[in-house]
Amino acid sequence: MNSAEVNERIRTLIEPFNKKGIAIEDATTFAGDLEFDSLTVMDFVAEIEDEFDVIISMNQQAEIENWGQLVAAVHKLQDS
Amino acid sequence: MAASMTETPTAPATVDLLAKFDPIIQTREALLAAGVEDPFNLVMEQVLSPTRAICNGRDTILLGTYNYMGMTFDDDVIAAGKAAMEDFGAGTTGSRVLNGTFRDHRDVEAALREFYAMDHAMVFSTGYQANLGIISTLAGKGDYIILDIDSHASIYDGCAMGKAEVVPFKHNDIEAMEKRLKRVPEGAGKLVVLEGVYSMMGDVAPLKEMVRIAKENGAMVLVDEAHSMGFIGQHGRGVAEEQGVIDDVDFIIGTFSKSVGTVGGFCVSNHPKFEVLRLVCRPYVFTAALPPSVMASSATSIRKLMHGGNKRAHLWENSRTLHQGLRDLGFTLGTDTPQSAIIAVIMPDLEKGAMMWEALLKEGLYVNLARPPATPAGMTLLRCSLCAEHSAEQVTTILGMFERAGKAIGII
Repeated sequence: MNSAEVNERIRTLIEPFNKKGIAIEDATTFAGDLEFDSLTVMDFVAEIEDEFDVIISMNQQAEIENWGQLVAAVHKLQDS
Repeated sequence: MAASMTETPTAPATVDLLAKFDPIIQTREALLAAGVEDPFNLVMEQVLSPTRAICNGRDTILLGTYNYMGMTFDDDVIAAGKAAMEDFGAGTTGSRVLNGTFRDHRDVEAALREFYAMDHAMVFSTGYQANLGIISTLAGKGDYIILDIDSHASIYDGCAMGKAEVVPFKHNDIEAMEKRLKRVPEGAGKLVVLEGVYSMMGDVAPLKEMVRIAKENGAMVLVDEAHSMGFIGQHGRGVAEEQGVIDDVDFIIGTFSKSVGTVGGFCVSNHPKFEVLRLVCRPYVFTAALPPSVMASSATSIRKLMHGGNKRAHLWENSRTLHQGLRDLGFTLGTDTPQSAIIAVIMPDLEKGAMMWEALLKEGLYVNLARPPATPAGMTLLRCSLCAEHSAEQVTTILGMFERAGKAIGII
């Protein structure tokens, strides 16, 4: 799956969590712009993990602050 | 050059490292400004028994101390501690691996081996340090820790200290655990970390299935039984014993600061190489050993807990009565059935929770006020922990206090 396809798939997954319908770009941050709390992060990460059959450990999560970083990380994970 | 001509070099402004805690300071001030007694600054001026103390000047029933088996005032436990203090002094002034292992440190480890019928036991200065030490030493960089998202802070801190990859799964969700376990790269070390009883809601883990799945997937298993020792399972060994999987658990973590009634933490195991941990576990090596009095009291208490059948039965009676009574009054509880000696009463929000906590305190009842981030799902809880020494009359009194306070605050 290429990066654009990964982007598309995660975009579908985030919809129910993006309650305010914020426009998402690469620089959109989860904690700041999307106001994700730790519970939302957990549920959202679990959805991505199940969809792509990958592990995004808490250590990796700590490095992911915005949308672009997430797409890049998942793209890399599902490739390996 | 004239001094008046030069500018005095100004030191760079200090960045206040405590500034990041301003939101917490503000929340606390707002709470106190509303006239609520400080829930995190309670003083017990006198402790009268395992279930009664003078708190902030009032005679108070204790319903939030984790003193499940009421061993803090047991005559034999106190006598053993006194004798050890007379004979061995007030403290050890040293690490377990240097000058800090006394007769009673060895004896308390023997008592633990007897209690759990296991080959090895290692005592730490607190339960927190037991998790910190064992988890960080077992799982290092490149290893994977699969753990319940609602795990205790000491478990998370142990994970962080060891630098393993940390993979949480949804609370008590067997399928979520299995999926993540199966995704761990082949050949990587795997440690599954579970708790017998989760202390916030007082619910029990489905260890039977989880331990089986962990083993099927080649993981080692660590279970924290801090809140079950002494009264869950045939011999009081905890939820793993109750559910028949204790033989498949590689490491059990526990504490002396709950049912045992003293302070200290431990790990028991049948692993043949377990003893090497004494040499490589930093939170074990680089801290002073507990005082001999604490060790002697603990050893006596552990051995008495092996014969605590009647007390155990009474504790369960208390738990069932309080659970049913609170439900009947209309409170929302953390579990549908009483699963442990912890009953969590869910509050609508922090403000109401603090008001209810204070109203109970004024009635003469102490419970734990628990709030985020310690609680799951951002909840505010009034956590009640029962004691085998609570009389049936006390439980009735407690229910009356909850009813009056709940109506006054408008929760029921």
